[in-house]
Formats: sequence, C-alpha cells, structure tokens
Amino acid sequence: MSLNMLVLVKQVPDTQNVTGEAMRPDGTVNRDALPAIFNPEDLNALEEALKIKDRLGGVVTAMSMGPPKAADVVKECLYRGADKGILVSDRGFAGSDTLATSYALTCAITRLSGFDLVFCGRQAIDGDTAQVGPQVAEKLGVNQLTCVADILDISRDRIVVKRQIENGYEKLAASLPVLLTVTSEANEPRSANAKRVMGFKRIVCCEDAEGTDCWPCEPIEHIKQWDIQAIAADAERCGFSGSATWVKKIDNVVLTARETKGIENSEPGISGLINELMEEHII
Amino acid sequence: MVFIEQNDNVPADVSLELLSRARELADNLGLEVEGVALGYGLQNWLPNLGAYGCDRAYALEDERLAHFSSIPYTKGLVQIIQKHQPRFMLFGATTTGRDVAPRVASTLQCGLTADCTDLQIGDHKFKKRSYQDILLQIRPAFGGNIIATIVSPESRPSLATVREGVMKKKETHSPPTCRVIQESCPWESGDFPTEILEVVRQAKNVDLKTEKVIVSAGMGASSPESLKLVRELADLLGGEVGSSRPVVDGGFLHKEHQVGQTGTTVRPNLYIACGISGQIQHRAGMSEAKRIIAVNSDPEAPIFDIAHYGIVGDVNQVLQRMIKAYKQKL
Ligand SMILES: Cc1cc2nc3c(=O)[nH]c(=O)nc-3n(C[C@H](O)[C@H](O)[C@H](O)COP(=O)(O)OP(=O)(O)OC[C@H]3O[C@@H](n4cnc5c(N)ncnc54)[C@H](O)[C@@H]3O)c2cc1C
Ligand SMILES: Nc1ncnc2c1ncn2[C@@H]1O[C@H](COP(=O)(O)O)[C@@H](O)[C@H]1O
Repeated sequence: MSLNMLVLVKQVPDTQNVTGEAMRPDGTVNRDALPAIFNPEDLNALEEALKIKDRLGGVVTAMSMGPPKAADVVKECLYRGADKGILVSDRGFAGSDTLATSYALTCAITRLSGFDLVFCGRQAIDGDTAQVGPQVAEKLGVNQLTCVADILDISRDRIVVKRQIENGYEKLAASLPVLLTVTSEANEPRSANAKRVMGFKRIVCCEDAEGTDCWPCEPIEHIKQWDIQAIAADAERCGFSGSATWVKKIDNVVLTARETKGIENSEPGISGLINELMEEHII
Repeated sequence: MVFIEQNDNVPADVSLELLSRARELADNLGLEVEGVALGYGLQNWLPNLGAYGCDRAYALEDERLAHFSSIPYTKGLVQIIQKHQPRFMLFGATTTGRDVAPRVASTLQCGLTADCTDLQIGDHKFKKRSYQDILLQIRPAFGGNIIATIVSPESRPSLATVREGVMKKKETHSPPTCRVIQESCPWESGDFPTEILEVVRQAKNVDLKTEKVIVSAGMGASSPESLKLVRELADLLGGEVGSSRPVVDGGFLHKEHQVGQTGTTVRPNLYIACGISGQIQHRAGMSEAKRIIAVNSDPEAPIFDIAHYGIVGDVNQVLQRMIKAYKQKL
C-alpha cells in the first residue's frame, strides 16, 4: 500500500516576532524587515504526511504558491523528507485573497495525477484566516477534516482523526481522498536531515510548461515551477482580479491612552483605592 | 442572515451576539434579520430567537444534521443563501463556523473575511465606482499589530466570521417571536461522507465573558505563591482568575483563563492586571473593561498606558495589601 500525499505550505512574514525594527515610526509594519519563515502549522501538516509515509510508504509532494523566494519552504520540505516539490509562482497571483489563492492551488493540484490525502496547516500566521484549506477542498470536490490534532488510524481507504473543537474534541472517520488541516497540537515536527540537506542544497526551480506529471529522475533534480499558463488557470480568477475581498484601509493599533491615576504602593494608598472602588460599587 | 450554530440544541452564544449586532445594523438600513439553523429538534427553541432580534429563522431539520458536519451543512447553507439572497451572511468564528463558512464562500464564489472583531456599515469608492451601505469587516491582522478594514462589495452576500465575545448579546424586553420557516434540502446518502464516531465536550468550568471582576495573572505573577494570592483576591471579590498567554502556554493555568486575541475577550467592571506587561495581543481582549488596575514592578510597562489605576510594585506585596484592605472593609 502506498499513498499519494500532497502538502500545501506557505512562506509567511514572522508576525509572532514583530520587533522594534519591523515597526515604522508611524506605527505601520515594515514587511520587508520581517524575516520570511515557514508557516508554523504547515510544518505540522508536513510532519503528519511524513509520519504516514514512514509507516505505510508513499510519496509526499510539497507545493507552495508565492514569489520565487517561496522556493525556500519547498526546499525545507525536501530537507525534512518530502519526495517532490512544486512552486506555483506568477506575478499574476499578486494580491490574491483566499478565494483566488484556493483557485490557483486547485488548478495546480489538478495538474497532478490524483492524490489520496492533501494536508494543510490549520492557518497561516500572516492572515490567520484558516480558509484556504476548506476552499481548496471545496474546489477539488473532496471532503475535509479541519483542526486535526491527531491521526488515530489510517488505511488505504479510510482515516480516523481527532478534531479539536471548543472545550473538547470529535473523533471522525472519512474515506479517502480527503483534505486535512492540521494544528500545532498534532506533533513535534522533525528537523531537517543532514544528508538530505547536502543532497538538495543546490536544487533549483525549473520552469515546466508541459502538462505531464512525471519526475524522470530519482532523486529529483529540480523543483518544478509553474506559472498561470502551466496550471491552465483563468487569469481573471487569479490575483487581485480574482479576489472578492479588498482591503479598504489599514489602521495602526492606537492605544487609547488613559489618564492613569498613580496609586502609591503602601497600605494607606491601596486602602484608599479599595475604598474608592467600593463607593462606586465597582466591587 | 446569521448562521445559528447549535450544540445539542443549545444556540451558541456567538450566534446570539451576532443576531443582536445584525439587529442594530439592519435597523439602520431598514432591513430584516434572518437566521438559518441546521439540526434536529430546532422548533423547540428557534422561536425564542425573537428576543435577540431575529425576524425569521429558516430551519433545516434532519436527524443526520444533529451534529455539525462539513459537507451536508455546506449544501444546506448554500441552498438557503441562494434561495433567500441575503446581503450579508454572518458566522461565529468557532471551529464550526470556520470550517463551513470558507466552503460555503468558495461554492458561491463570494468574499469571506475571517475572525472579525467589529462590523460596520459604510461606503467604499474604488476606481470610479462607488458602493453604498456595504459591510465594513474589521479585523486584526499581522499578529494583531494592525487593524484592517475589509470590504467585498461585489459579493452577494458578503460573508464574515466574527469572534465570540466581541459583540454584545442584547435581549429585547418585549420579545417579539421569531417566525420559523421549515425548509427542505434534497439530501443524498453521499452528502454524509464523514462518520462521527464520538463527540467529547467538557462543560465549561470558567466563563470569563460573564464575570464582573477578573484578577489576571501574567508572567510576573506566575509563581505558585503569586497565583495563590491572585486566586484569593478573585474569590474574595466574587470574580474569576484570568491570565496572559504565556501563563497558559507554560502550563500554570488552563486555557479557559486566557484573555486576549487568542483567548477570551472580556468586559468586566474591574480588571486587575497582575504582572502583565500589556502587549497588544493581551490588550485586545481586555481594554474595554470599565476599570483597569495595573500592578507591575516596571513603571514603563505598556499596561500602564491603558490602566485607570497604576500601582508600581511587587505583585505579591500589592496583592497582600489589597486582600488585607478589602477584608478590613467587610
Ligand atoms: C499571534 C499572537 C497572539 C497572541 N495572543 C495572546 C493572547 O490572546 N493573550 C495574551 O495575553 N497574549 C497573547 N500573545 C502574547 C503577547 O504578545 C505577550 O507575549 C504576552 O501577553 C505577554 O504576557 P505577560 O505580560 O504575562 O508576560 P511578560 O511580557 O513576560 O511580562 C511580565 C510582566 O511582569 C512584570 N513583573 C515581573 N515580575 C514582577 C513582580 N514581581 N511584580 C510585578 N510585576 C512583575 C514585568 O515587569 C513584565 O511587565 C499573542 C502573541 C501573538 C504573536
Ligand atoms: N500561498 C499558499 N501556498 C501554499 N499553501 C497555502 C498558501 N496559502 C495558504 N496555504 C495553505 O492553507 C493553509 C491555511 O492558510 P490561510 O487560509 O491563509 O490561513 C496554510 O496553512 C497552508 O497549508
């Protein structure tokens, strides 16, 4: 038994470590000053696919859509154990919202010769939308299991997962093919394998316009790079023109700075504060 | 139109909050508020939603819909939306809402904005075109460092998921009843591809949203001794213990206690921030408290910018003094 698995990974600005330098004096975020990282939950998604490959065998293909630099995250997948890599890249994708992103990714996936499992991270930390996974599933016409915290069982045609919900969990079973979105609870991602790093360090992207889905060499010699034509997408449905949501404006988070009343850290000071709060029926 | 999420035939709080907000928006625009619910046994409680401002509720009843499942819920919602053509379609940003809303939006090829913290009505101009009375969907982005206003004027409907607790649930005093309209959907066996083997849900022990007083522990109050004092003061004031995220991540308190962007949004009468630096993501969940007391040993801590009262000092000492002072007044 061997499963055909696809992992969707995204390169994101490191919004969790927005330091002084990344904030401009006017309070806006300077994206260029933020390091680009592998979206954290996509590493968990990749790990689940690799775990299944270790146990049952199969092929793991990593796919990312983004600027040429996003090849870094595809390479990272190869370092950790993915077999093949695809970068979907075109200027025409600029300004994509989740609708346009999921459309382009779906066109690219359709160029592959089928799959049993598609893995996504639950959400990407740049927008925190958690929408691309379910939207790809809808466009592919497959079932979805979101917020997966554990894969309890997997066989050739059926998967059982634990899905996180508010204050608890669900145990769900579904047949393949299916798309999963994976949370950070699911696993501790493995790190890169030194031998694979050596092997793939110099791998480059190579444009690949033909409509075939074969990697003639083993191990692979390059990351396939597909543009709008290569995935036979309708340019109108890509990028800004294919996006239904538009950003009207961006505001900095302004502190509604208050008149803070300083209270002396002494027994009389604190006693006075408690008095005041009691008199005003706050407590 | 609001998606009325139910769990074991209890409507989710966030759905009631959304109805209340939808009522306000609809009144300004002269529109009506509709709800749509899927489940089994809906007639028993759907009429009560009138109290939250719902004029009409569409019900899709089927035994197999008793518990949420992506594919059949998507099919039902898409059908209702196509039939009744609402202008705006709102979902709670719960694990259910965030699972089904993107799938619905993708089917309809409409815009969806995730995890909004505010909804307004306004205008938008874009390339000579101008749009009136559209939905302004306001949400934090970039890890909470900026606030974005998103519009989707060419989508009918504009869809949004909204975070729990950011809108106020309002009961009207003379509840008009909500008219329930039974709808049907041609389900096929293939519409139920997911088998639900088990659902485990612990009852909520802590519900910060309804607390009037919250004493919150940050990393500066995460020692066992400090946490004991925080708990003691919270109990004394008849309130509950809150916390910042690292305190939860560090395993000192359960996730239910977390306040902030990725925790609960709270609006108590009194919020006492103990050893909390006051980063944006924490403030996002508590800045609307009626009174905020900040206790921090660092006089430069950003929490002081939004506090009504600031006490510079060691948390343990300050908490002990507060407990003592309050006990003396009783
Ligand atoms: C995407 C994202 C989402 C997030 N969501 C949340 C969220 O929902 N909620 C949340 O809280 N955070 C959230 N965070 C984390 C947030 O950015 C901060 O890291 C966090 O709020 C800091 O917690 P803290 O103030 O307890 O700890 P610290 O920043 O470590 O501050 C500790 C404070 O205690 C003071 N102190 C230390 N010792 C004492 C003492 N003895 N007496 C008095 N004061 C003392 C220090 O001066 C300091 O100000 C999020 C971050 C990201 C990137
Ligand atoms: N540009 C992209 N390329 C590849 N995968 C993506 C892309 N955008 C989103 N995804 C996948 O969809 C998930 C959810 O993303 P989001 O909806 O942006 O929060 C991510 O964790 C990725 O697995």
